[in-house]
Amino acid sequence: MKKSLWEIYQSLKEKGLSPEQEEKILVEIRLSEAHMEEGQGTPKAPPVQPSIYAFNDMAMLQDLTVGMGNYYAHIRTIDELLAKDRQRAKDGFPRKLKVGRMIKPGRGGREKVIVVPTTAEEKLIHDPSFRQEEEEEEAGAGSGEGQEGDVIGEEPVRPTQQGGGAGPGQGEGEEHELESTAYDMGRILTEQFELPNLKDKGKKRSLTRYTYDLTDRHRGFGQVLDKKATLRKIVETNIHLGNIPDVYDIDPVGFLISPKDMIYRILSREKDLESQAMVFFVRDYSGSMVGKTTELVVAQHVLIYSWLLYQYTHQVETRFILHDTKAKEVPDFYTYYNSKVAGGTQVSSAYKLVNSIVKEENLAKDYNIYVFHGTDGDDWDTEGRESIPQLNIMLGYANRVGITVARHSSSSATEVERYVKRSGLLNASPELIRMDILDDDADESRLIEGIRHLISQEK
Amino acid sequence: MELIDQHTKDIMEGCKVRARAAGLRFEDESLEYVVTNRDLLELSPKLMIPTLYDYWVHDVEVLKGKGKYELYPSNPYETVINTRPAISYYNDNNPDWLNVMIFYHVLAHIDFFQNNIFFRHTWDYDFTGEALSDKRVIAKLRSEHGRWVDYVIEFSRSIDNLVGYYQELENLFPVATTRHTLRLDYYFDIFLQDIKKVKTNEYIKEIERYNQCRAEIGELCEDIFFAEVDRRYPEFKALLAKHKSTRTTRPNDLLQHILAHSQFVNKEENKWMKTIIEIVRKTSLFFQPQIRTKIMNEGWASYWHETLFLQDDRIRGHEVEFARVNAGVTAMPRVGLNPYALGMRLFYDIEEAADKGKLHWDFQRLNDAHARDTFDTHAGNGRDYVFYVRENLSDFNFIHQFVTQDFVNRHRLFVAGRRLNESKMVWEYYVKSRDAEAYRDMLRQSLYHPPTIVIDHDKGKQNNALYLVHTFEEKPLLKDFIPNTLLGIEYLWGGSVMLETHELAPTGPRSDRPRSGTSGVDTPEKPELRWQRVVYSMENRQIKRQLME
Repeated sequence: MKKSLWEIYQSLKEKGLSPEQEEKILVEIRLSEAHMEEGQGTPKAPPVQPSIYAFNDMAMLQDLTVGMGNYYAHIRTIDELLAKDRQRAKDGFPRKLKVGRMIKPGRGGREKVIVVPTTAEEKLIHDPSFRQEEEEEEAGAGSGEGQEGDVIGEEPVRPTQQGGGAGPGQGEGEEHELESTAYDMGRILTEQFELPNLKDKGKKRSLTRYTYDLTDRHRGFGQVLDKKATLRKIVETNIHLGNIPDVYDIDPVGFLISPKDMIYRILSREKDLESQAMVFFVRDYSGSMVGKTTELVVAQHVLIYSWLLYQYTHQVETRFILHDTKAKEVPDFYTYYNSKVAGGTQVSSAYKLVNSIVKEENLAKDYNIYVFHGTDGDDWDTEGRESIPQLNIMLGYANRVGITVARHSSSSATEVERYVKRSGLLNASPELIRMDILDDDADESRLIEGIRHLISQEK
Repeated sequence: MELIDQHTKDIMEGCKVRARAAGLRFEDESLEYVVTNRDLLELSPKLMIPTLYDYWVHDVEVLKGKGKYELYPSNPYETVINTRPAISYYNDNNPDWLNVMIFYHVLAHIDFFQNNIFFRHTWDYDFTGEALSDKRVIAKLRSEHGRWVDYVIEFSRSIDNLVGYYQELENLFPVATTRHTLRLDYYFDIFLQDIKKVKTNEYIKEIERYNQCRAEIGELCEDIFFAEVDRRYPEFKALLAKHKSTRTTRPNDLLQHILAHSQFVNKEENKWMKTIIEIVRKTSLFFQPQIRTKIMNEGWASYWHETLFLQDDRIRGHEVEFARVNAGVTAMPRVGLNPYALGMRLFYDIEEAADKGKLHWDFQRLNDAHARDTFDTHAGNGRDYVFYVRENLSDFNFIHQFVTQDFVNRHRLFVAGRRLNESKMVWEYYVKSRDAEAYRDMLRQSLYHPPTIVIDHDKGKQNNALYLVHTFEEKPLLKDFIPNTLLGIEYLWGGSVMLETHELAPTGPRSDRPRSGTSGVDTPEKPELRWQRVVYSMENRQIKRQLME
């Protein structure tokens, strides 16, 4: 892999690179090499012993712990809180509310997606991380046997072999707590979003769950009397009773009407057949994506994913693709979410993979296809010579392509940004392709705005 | 929320009788409520005070994890609160024997609240009652001033950890640090030197005159001495009176300073803000002793629930169930710190040591290990002594005084260390030290300790600025929180705010710390710490950071 990166670098160099680009590429190669030497990436932060103030009578004596109760009770407040937060900005104070910490991808479709509005009451306090930096070795108190120096226990650095991931995935130690204290993410987003450009394609499954209608017939009782059906039934009964000797001369006076002849329409649940959708999540996990940019991209994709999960209750199919210089498909959101960064960047590889999947599986015929791509905007293919043609193919079948560029604070316009803009695709088919440029200090509400831009119908 | 039923209340009253007989002292009345999970949801953000004022942050998940207890030191899940009468909360399906155990625990807490002198300032009023009227005041203000009320709450709360709790206590327990009267101090230290600016030889003459007077007449000399002073300086009496009045109103902390001297909140149209600031300050002061007596308080309660439960004749037959629950509460964890377990063992040890007379100097100076083991003067005043300890100490001096090497040895305590084993990729926990000093130090580090921020009155004088100095104690402030906190102070102060603090100077490429196996685990490099003074200034909601020197 290391070698192939250098090969790509050489071939790119032959084609001509600006010093600036060359430098970026070299940095990525070195980063990815460093990652390999390190093995599995950085270990997760050592677990922290609970403070003495974490102990309390409720839990210790009565085994009473407090979950956060019914989320729906809080849903009303989140809008109020967000409004309050916007008002803060207007009043000239920095925003305080973070809508975030919301991810709990599990393996095998057991994803849990949640939103917790969090805030911190900022005060002047001693830096709690300071002591640990200084005396990294202290782990608190203990009691029992053992000489000084004896090892008394071990704890794996990595809970799973998957590795700590890059950015997101950190601080997930509190999943349990988060889960119990969470808001229903999707519910909040749903009011605002809808998949754009849904077209009639291969109506297989419902997207909007059910509709209720007075379609079913029911004998004996119901909401509305179906007169025509009832008359028919009465006639039928009376034929059997022999009350209609001559069908050309019917005398209804002698009819017997059984209560069972009354046919009613009754309210019933109907599956609403609608188009189905396939959503591709594509993420750059190259070396340059270290830190904040990955966090942002993944956070945004989590938001989109959670919204899809909620709104379309697993009826939208999702595919996950990671790319550096090569692209690969990963089986679930968990892997997608947690894979660590390494390697160089070739956006075209991912687009190529998406295109080939769509072609081979003949997805375009039956599915509405959406592609969400997150990147930091670096691309060794600086002119987009390979990416743009692939993107063009994609636009041929996709209902919407949403590109998120999480810019590093240092850089101005990034390669992807530049070549996508130059290609004129954004202007030529705004209903098909959208691009969202994030700065790397974007917060959750900015991410949500970004999603709105990516999937909105307006031009 | 409803009161416990008569049957359970009867058990509680029985517990009170037995607890009193054992020596605990508490007020007659107490209120016990059954709480559901839903009640707890509402109570916990309000720190279990049902009448605390409403504030939007209570509806939001607050920061979790590290730093949480620095920011929110008051425990949100306390079973009993320090009010008059004391209120405690219970699960509705506790079996009777468990309630007996919990009641004893609760009664010991109440005893602690009502007798430990660090709670002195909470003894004379019922906090829930005041909180209720405060809540109404805030609700009324909110109807008049809308969201600005919440801003003022927010900004006041952002400095409520800096309340002058110890100063407040000091005022309650005036200590005679000097035998001189205020009049004498004022005359020699301020009046003669600063106001009259007398020459040195005259000053010395005056001192001589006083000493001579004192030698001749003794105790009564002062009045005679000052009769002469009054004749010589007729204005002295008036100046002294003025000095006295200004002295007593000297603010104890930042919130009080803002109340007294902020031009902004003292404007006619902003005076309502002062009410809120006072409410926030009072609330914070109320919770201060709790966080500073966590180990003692829980230790005391555990000591008593164990002692009294085992003596209680009403619940025979539940000893095994009790043992299970009690062990869960008071067992020493292999790694980790349990305040219940530690505090309880300390109280037992103190009682035993006092019984044997080991708290005496004769024992302290013994070096012979055998003699120390067998030392016993049959002093027999252990019970009295633990009551004395519960009355007079806080966590800090409790640990400082009683976590001795004997205690550490006896309970086989140690400071645990942790290191990364690179070959196995595991964190290894190991016994780092069994030294009492190290253990005490580790305990002290884990105690709540807000930064000390003092006001530099001279530096702030020009252009109505507020100059704060963070007293250096080798702990940096959390940088992320500085800007917004200063912003809040600036708002309340109505002028620019400066904060002087120490930060670690960057020590080269720290991120390149050897992580891989090359350096091995045996040489953890301790980076050299270099401190630098920096001053943050907040002006017109813009933060600036500057290096000093």
